Amino acid sequence: MEISGTATLITGASRGLGEALALELGRQGARLVLVSRKRAALEPVVRRIREAGGEAHALEADLGSKDDIYPLAGAAAALLGPIDLLIHNASELGPTPLRLLLDTGCEDLERALAVNLLGPFRLSRVIAGSMALRERGTIVHVSSDASVNAYPHWGAYSVSKAALDHLSRLWAAELGERGVRSFSVDPGEMDTEMHRAALPDADRAPLARPEFVAARLAALLRSPSIANGARIELQSLGAHS
Amino acid sequence: MKAAAFPRARAEQERLLVIDPAWSSFADHRIGDLPRFLGRGDALVLNDAATLPASLRAGPELELRLMSELDDGTWLALCLGSGDQRVPTEERGTPPRLAVGAELSFGHGLSAHVRALDPDSARLLVLEFQQRGAELWQALYRAAVPIQYSYLREPLALWDVQNAYAARPWAIELPSAGKPLRFEIIFRIAARGVTVTHVTHAAGLSSTGDARLDARLPLAERYELSPENAARLRATRDAGGRIIAVGTSVTRALEAASTSGALRAGNARTELLLGPGSSLRTCDGLLTGLHEPGTSHFALLEAFAPRALLERAFRHAEREGYLQHEFGDSCLIATGSLSGRSISPAAEWREAG
Repeated sequence: MEISGTATLITGASRGLGEALALELGRQGARLVLVSRKRAALEPVVRRIREAGGEAHALEADLGSKDDIYPLAGAAAALLGPIDLLIHNASELGPTPLRLLLDTGCEDLERALAVNLLGPFRLSRVIAGSMALRERGTIVHVSSDASVNAYPHWGAYSVSKAALDHLSRLWAAELGERGVRSFSVDPGEMDTEMHRAALPDADRAPLARPEFVAARLAALLRSPSIANGARIELQSLGAHS
Repeated sequence: MKAAAFPRARAEQERLLVIDPAWSSFADHRIGDLPRFLGRGDALVLNDAATLPASLRAGPELELRLMSELDDGTWLALCLGSGDQRVPTEERGTPPRLAVGAELSFGHGLSAHVRALDPDSARLLVLEFQQRGAELWQALYRAAVPIQYSYLREPLALWDVQNAYAARPWAIELPSAGKPLRFEIIFRIAARGVTVTHVTHAAGLSSTGDARLDARLPLAERYELSPENAARLRATRDAGGRIIAVGTSVTRALEAASTSGALRAGNARTELLLGPGSSLRTCDGLLTGLHEPGTSHFALLEAFAPRALLERAFRHAEREGYLQHEFGDSCLIATGSLSGRSISPAAEWREAG
């Protein structure tokens, strides 16, 4: 797909991979709505994109809250027009330090599912209808290797990401014929706040920098050869380069 | 006719009255039957405007209903006095008289100045919001609720007033003809070789509660038809297919886009009014809600079918318990809908007399 001029919504855009993606896609000319739970946290990112001549707007929303979804989609479409690229990047790790399933509260699992699965479902449901009508659009789900590996202590997050991968495949199966692409992306281990929260004692040297991963993901978006519904491991594509 | 008092959960079970002007006949169906009445080469045109929450409170004595965004970013708004959505609009209290320059605060960080007053009515004014861009839209979505009328049982949520395929929030009230169209139905229609496409039309306020102001409705409304979609519809027409508008708002937009003859792409405002005797250049048929004789919506239907047939069909619908208004049942008016089918149309005729 062509990035320049594309109306793009990125959730979880105030830091980490979301911030890096916003800056990268902004540099490539995407028109951006950036979403975070705190608007103030988005403002430095918006400012950097605008200073570089790009277009970006900050909207505050909690993806885990049903009441926030329609206002977010409505305000985003008012600002940019119909959304053509929707990137579900916001994630809820669950309580830290990470804990065994037997020590995980049901409410903690509910919260992880609300932000990591229901939120993306709800937001896609509002936005993908217009994509199906207009016969174009791309939905990206930021996943994790925890979605395919059963790492002890990662239960709530892991379960939500496994379901998110499958949600991505289902969107592709149902909307592919209407010109809508959906895929999930495992960015690999990155040097982010979320990684520090999950694994505070890990050696940070081998971790990928979010901006490298963002550049790789942007290249992937431009590539027409990705099979609809695919789950892509960016690391295996050389994200650490 | 009874009003639907709330959005219904099982949209596919909603009813569809099919009226064929060529056969001067009508028949009872369910909305899920709609694909049967459209065929290869036809086009179905949706209004993809999302519905803005357009009712704002500036205290217990004053509600403002946004009517239309003007070209300079200000808004035309209607003032209503004491009472809420459960009180019929015409029985609402007299709103306080506002002066030019007055500042209004709606909470949630949203505020506006009164920029101008309508010369004919103190209830119409031009508002300028003090917020811009993302700050404005975020605050507006927090402060405002959907416009609704007294026949509805419960307060509407924002999702109650959205069509499944909506994008830009241009509509002040739900473009309701599209509400029963779940994607299951839309995809079945597309699979029959029907072109499913769209315009964006800023459907406006349907009632002010003041007969003198209502006579000015509908106001000029903005629409956009993309070059790509205009070309698809011209191709439909050139190949002899029918163009079916979903809703009076789509009809208004498509006919406005073809006032000069051929259908042209554009982003414009239209003041076009359609009614009995209007000659339609683009629309061959209409999917709409049920509207009672005497309303401006009914007058528009008369551009598609003779009044006597519509009255007969709607009397039948009333007897059969069809529901009206934005969450009510549907009606397809299209020549050729009941002809050419395997069963004799005569078997389905309802001559209500």
